[in-house]
Amino acid sequence: MSSDKPTFSTETLALVNRIIARYPEGRQKSALLPVLHLAQSEFGGWLSPATMDYVASLLSIKPIEVYEVATFYSMYNTEPVGNCLIEVCQTGPCWLRGSDDIVEHLEKKLGIKNGETTADGMFTLKTVECLGSCGTAPMLQCGAEYYENLTPEKAEELVDKLRASGQRSSYMKSARV
Amino acid sequence: MGKKILLEHENVPGIETFDVYRSKGGYASVEKALKTMTPDQVTEEVKTSGVRGRGGAGFPAGMKWSFLDRKSDKPRYLVCNADESEPGTFKDRYLMERIPHLLIEGMITSSYALGAKTSYIYVRGEYMYVIRILERAIEEARAAGFVGKNILGTDYSLELYVQPGAGAYICGEETALLESLEGKRGNPRLKPPFPAIAGLYASPTVVNNVETICAVVPIINNSGNAYSQIGIGKSTGTKLISASGHINKPGVYEIDLGLPVEEFIYSDEYCGGIWKGRKLKAVVAGGSSVPILPANLILKTAKGEPRLMSYESLSDGGFATGTMLGSGGFIVMDETACIVRNLWTFTRFYHHESCGQCSPCREGTGWMEKVLHRIEHGHGHMDDIDLLVDVAKKIEGNTICPLGDAAAWPVASAIRHFRDEFEYHVRFPEKVKNPKHFEIEPMEAALATAR
Repeated sequence: MSSDKPTFSTETLALVNRIIARYPEGRQKSALLPVLHLAQSEFGGWLSPATMDYVASLLSIKPIEVYEVATFYSMYNTEPVGNCLIEVCQTGPCWLRGSDDIVEHLEKKLGIKNGETTADGMFTLKTVECLGSCGTAPMLQCGAEYYENLTPEKAEELVDKLRASGQRSSYMKSARV
Repeated sequence: MGKKILLEHENVPGIETFDVYRSKGGYASVEKALKTMTPDQVTEEVKTSGVRGRGGAGFPAGMKWSFLDRKSDKPRYLVCNADESEPGTFKDRYLMERIPHLLIEGMITSSYALGAKTSYIYVRGEYMYVIRILERAIEEARAAGFVGKNILGTDYSLELYVQPGAGAYICGEETALLESLEGKRGNPRLKPPFPAIAGLYASPTVVNNVETICAVVPIINNSGNAYSQIGIGKSTGTKLISASGHINKPGVYEIDLGLPVEEFIYSDEYCGGIWKGRKLKAVVAGGSSVPILPANLILKTAKGEPRLMSYESLSDGGFATGTMLGSGGFIVMDETACIVRNLWTFTRFYHHESCGQCSPCREGTGWMEKVLHRIEHGHGHMDDIDLLVDVAKKIEGNTICPLGDAAAWPVASAIRHFRDEFEYHVRFPEKVKNPKHFEIEPMEAALATAR
């Protein structure tokens, strides 16, 4: 799908309408967060201005109402990211169990620094704040999946596995359900 | 060991499905409430139980319910706060993932009590797979006649939806959560009016934590009085504790409130002691926001009495020598843990998560993060330590929502109890450049050099 003229499939549009129906009449703006998740998943893993404008038109709200929300929440990417967005938790409980080591090994393995994307566009590495997985720390999230009780070795194996699968990570797709 | 009442069936295979959950007595509270009780009677039971908000604030849930404006002609809403984001806390995720129908059942029974016809479960976006689990559970409950029109043939109807967040700690604050559910930035609202009067869509709304709503199920099944018999004093019932950090058995444990902290840390039934045969150094007992306590003060109060896992005992001594039960996020640190570096991660977290509305929090969290970064990386000055205390003081109590306090308390308490470690960092910059400095040079020896 071309990124300058984003359009949802008929199927996704039906889902958007079902989401809007969850709220009282005139409160369709409530659908903004779930619809932005759908849009990010369908249009390349990030929210371009064109995508945000499209979402605004779907919900009959002003584009600025979408921009201000998209830039507030950490799960929305307002710039392109790699195929697989690897998010390593770095907050206290994960740090206590060795998240620094995980980040260090991933940086070496991927040949990039925290916050960067590999030259082939395959991986973006990012440290994030507490993901509610403190009892299974250290951990990282890629798409909807949580990878827990990590060791540097396990993290490196995961990179190989993700590279082999070649799939784009998406918060919307989970193998667990 | 107390009887588990929320996690009783946590290990039953298939408990996440409607059929198995139902075969274990699931949805009995809905039948009992809708067929034999009035909404006010349900609320009364919750009041009698003494159950307190399990998200962290500890406000009596029945009292919160009784504030709901029942005379308004606007629709009423129940919103479940499943935005679990307090560092150290992962109990709600465990509950929803393992026993999703317990939350669905609690939502139905509670919505009936409050007269809500539409209710929402707001789940942090990162828990997307949990959202799918809940949506499937709701569909199963709907197919069995527990959600939708005329539940169990009564004239009570309820629609139940799951709403995803998108990554923002602040949305755990109830008015920020409501803003977010309305499709806006998660900026907390000025109060009053409280949500009970003007919440979601300016309508009367109750916002409760996942665990609180789940607790309504045993309260209605066994009576509020029976629930109030569990626990100690005003800390009634059971509490889920998320145990993490340097312990042998991290995980979610359901305890009777009043369990001695020492037993919780060292018993094989719970944390199983400190890992690697090391000694306990400090504990953050209720999620990252509550004051950190050194080993001696977490095990015993300043008066020398055993510290208990209860709202009252943990806060005994005020902030000088006590802390808070908070969300039950129990973070344990062994003797090698660097208090300064841990605090720096916490402060970085609050800086990242500040919504930016109130300048003391927006600017103050940034300053604290920077100053701590400087100390931790060997560029600190002695004055920095008091500067941190000063900034923390200026944030505390000066913001719309409690995030400011939550950012200030960890800083103030870490300096209160571990000032020598901060001084050590300033005096020996070369030693602290390795982030594992206390592991390389044992803590005691390191501090002896510092003196």
